[in-house]
Amino acid sequence: MGLDMLRKTFRYAALAAAALAMGATANAAYDVDILPPASPIAQQIYDLHWAIMWICVGIFVVVFGAMFYSVFKHRKAAGAKAAHFHENTTIEVIWTVIPFLILIGMAYPATKTVLEMKDASSPDLTVKVTAFQWAWEYDYLQDGVKFTARLSTPRAQIEEWGKKGQAKGADYLLEVDNPMVVPAGKKVRLLVTSNDVIHGWYVPQLGINQYGIPGFVKDAWFTADKPGVYRGQCSQICGKEHGYMPIVVVAKAPEEYAAWVKEQKAKMPAAQAPQQVAAAAPAAPAADPNKKWTAEELKAAGEKVFAANCAACHQATGKGMPPAFPALDGSKVVNGPKAAQLALVLNGKQGTAMASFARLSDSELASVVTYTRNAWGNKTGEAIQPAEVKAARK
Amino acid sequence: MSAAVPAHDSAHHDDHAHAHPTGLTRWLFTTNHKDIGTLYLFFALAMFFLGGSMALAMRAELFQPGLQYLNPEFFNSLTTVHGLVMVFGAIMPAWVGFANWLIPMQIGAADMAFPRMNNWSFWLVVPAAILLVASFFVPGGAAASGWTLYPPLIIQQGISIDMTILAVHILGASSIMGSINIITTILNLRAPGMTLMKMPLFVWTWLITAYLLIAVMPVLAGAVTMLLTDRHFGTSFFNAAGGGDPTMFMHIFWFFGHPEVYIMILPAFGVVSAIIPAFARKPLFGYASMVYATASIALLSFIVWGHHMFTVGMPAAGNLFFMYATMLIAVPTGVKIFNWIATMWQGSMTFETPMLFSIGFLCLFTIGGFSGLVLAVVPVDITLHNTYYVVAHFHYVLVSGALFALFAGAYFWLPKFTGNMYNESLGKLHFWLSVIGFNIAFFPQHFLGLAGMPRRIPDYALQFAEWNMWSSIGAFVFGFSQLLFLYNVIECIRSNRKAADNPWEGADTLEWTHLPSPAPYHTFETAPVVK
Repeated sequence: MGLDMLRKTFRYAALAAAALAMGATANAAYDVDILPPASPIAQQIYDLHWAIMWICVGIFVVVFGAMFYSVFKHRKAAGAKAAHFHENTTIEVIWTVIPFLILIGMAYPATKTVLEMKDASSPDLTVKVTAFQWAWEYDYLQDGVKFTARLSTPRAQIEEWGKKGQAKGADYLLEVDNPMVVPAGKKVRLLVTSNDVIHGWYVPQLGINQYGIPGFVKDAWFTADKPGVYRGQCSQICGKEHGYMPIVVVAKAPEEYAAWVKEQKAKMPAAQAPQQVAAAAPAAPAADPNKKWTAEELKAAGEKVFAANCAACHQATGKGMPPAFPALDGSKVVNGPKAAQLALVLNGKQGTAMASFARLSDSELASVVTYTRNAWGNKTGEAIQPAEVKAARK
Repeated sequence: MSAAVPAHDSAHHDDHAHAHPTGLTRWLFTTNHKDIGTLYLFFALAMFFLGGSMALAMRAELFQPGLQYLNPEFFNSLTTVHGLVMVFGAIMPAWVGFANWLIPMQIGAADMAFPRMNNWSFWLVVPAAILLVASFFVPGGAAASGWTLYPPLIIQQGISIDMTILAVHILGASSIMGSINIITTILNLRAPGMTLMKMPLFVWTWLITAYLLIAVMPVLAGAVTMLLTDRHFGTSFFNAAGGGDPTMFMHIFWFFGHPEVYIMILPAFGVVSAIIPAFARKPLFGYASMVYATASIALLSFIVWGHHMFTVGMPAAGNLFFMYATMLIAVPTGVKIFNWIATMWQGSMTFETPMLFSIGFLCLFTIGGFSGLVLAVVPVDITLHNTYYVVAHFHYVLVSGALFALFAGAYFWLPKFTGNMYNESLGKLHFWLSVIGFNIAFFPQHFLGLAGMPRRIPDYALQFAEWNMWSSIGAFVFGFSQLLFLYNVIECIRSNRKAADNPWEGADTLEWTHLPSPAPYHTFETAPVVK
């Protein structure tokens, strides 16, 4: 189609111009377009965007063609004498009505897409997405699978303050430990919400950008055209680690998806003992609350839970980033009565970035609290059992 | 600073006999509209450099992927305070400064209607700015939620939020007083014969802007007061656990926030409508339709706030309503652009710095208008919301829109304010460096947004590296070329290049036709008669 050719030509021309003007190297990513669409809605968005772009380019050429013609022709330096005309009702009506008609032309196809986007009825699969600072929890309501996805890029690749960072991987900041897996070609309905502040579940190639709002559930849907990996990020500023909560969606053929569900289910009960919490992290349903664990078991598991949930703010060294994120090493709360620390971890602290971590299991909380009370310079010698956490929840 | 305004003892025949304070007390206690205008303009310039330094700190961090200089929390504070300082500290006070200087002179009034309140309006702005800046130094650091201050994120932070809320309250009070002053002045103090439909467009756009301010600043005050009571007094306006709704804050904030955008841009329309006819030596093509277009834009600005919220999950009907209303704004905005071009058509144009900045405004503001149209379309907005495309869009309308018009106005009226001509070559150099730097900084951000790079992040994936590098380079070129403006203004004040009473062939408003350059301390004590 002619329009497509034009689009391609334009893109190549823009790329070539950019490359020439800026001396770009061959592997530089000078993308100038929306990412390739991977769902029917994303395709419609892509087409709408280009349709509007071409209308804008057309108007720009006509309007600014006239202006620059005037700038060159009607210069005093070129001997132009000023005319004195002004006010002309016919012209003024024309330039009011024509833009109005163009806008109607734009609004019509957009309206159709809006209605389609908003129709999340009869999905093949429903997944509840819960955002929290700073990860995503996916709960597959029909299939009974539930897990958390958080950034898997090592901090050593990120932090370069005054030193050279580790070489960055190809998917730097766009990789997670447990990607969301969906069947390709099926309508997936998302129920998006949040545990703490507002986040945005944004995967451009699937045509979704939906805020997760604490206390409310909003729905959105997508159908991935074909198997593949689609990456996105949190779109709404949500605190310190906002830039570090990516989304990875892996679309698999339906049979492979079924196999994945089976495998996930098999994994889940194994995550009950504290030693295994980390191994199968982060999916960890309630462990047997009556079992007693040794201090060593708790500390070992707690260190992993700490790295995954706490270290972003309080730092692996326990020194925190005061004053916003206090040190735990030597902290009065951590070295004080354990009930107070448990209450703080379970309820969060109003007016600070300390959120409630009640969503973690009893065994995860028991191990991480035990770890903080016995790590770095903290030497309380206490071990907190999952049963104590369970009791503290009430 | 005192050189910015002709001293009282200059030999102008219409100077007052009574003495007024000199030195610091002159500025503290002044009720003179020109002094207060000067205070506002210098204050805005200082804030512009402060906010600009924050932007450059962010662009330095974003020069390459990884964290090199800033920690993420501080980066978030910079994005927040940069926005607040530029909106409330630089652009708005700069327009109030121009309003103070120009409105009385353009309508033939002796001063503003409420001179004492005028003084108070300015001196309120200063403590507000101090509160904002000081919030960087309290435990927890400055507000780090983006300038939109969305709860619940904002509830998590410390005392800096209370300082920010207080600052917003003070600024709101100042704006409301300023607006009352401007409206009263325009409606009551016009010279005989100066009918509403003869007023210069800058006066018209400010009249409408002042009404917008009075309508929306109390709404913002209400929203931040609710934040304050949610934080300290146990209310739950925005807390779902207590029956509130975080989305409600967004609705209230943007009911203020969208008209706020027009508060910053309408006076720019007025300035450009003064400059283009002056340098085309031809009357404005459609004066009446410009007035009506301004009023339509102002009215429409009250029913488009939802376009900032297409991703919160409003029902389809809500999304569609806000999409249609937003697209409609393109019509009166288009009328304005066409009018300016029709004014240039068959004129006899020269291209001094004010005209260059006005033409730069025309081209680049229109690009911002186009990207606004793209963003108005709900499905496209879904994929671009909170990406760098949005950052590019609003910098095209606020920097190459509002700020370029401010520069155009500054160069245009500097001869009247100071009595001296600015250095034309330096002015042109400032223009070209600004245009080039600005476009290198912000045009690539469209591409970053299209490729899905979220805004307000200190670090990014590798495919965004190239355009970010160019954006940072452009930002530094743009930022440092503003020092030329500072130099140019100071040099102009101190120079001896006396300006003619009307240095511009085509300028025909009262301040050019009836007053000497520099404009004396007191003007139009006897109102002129407008034919």
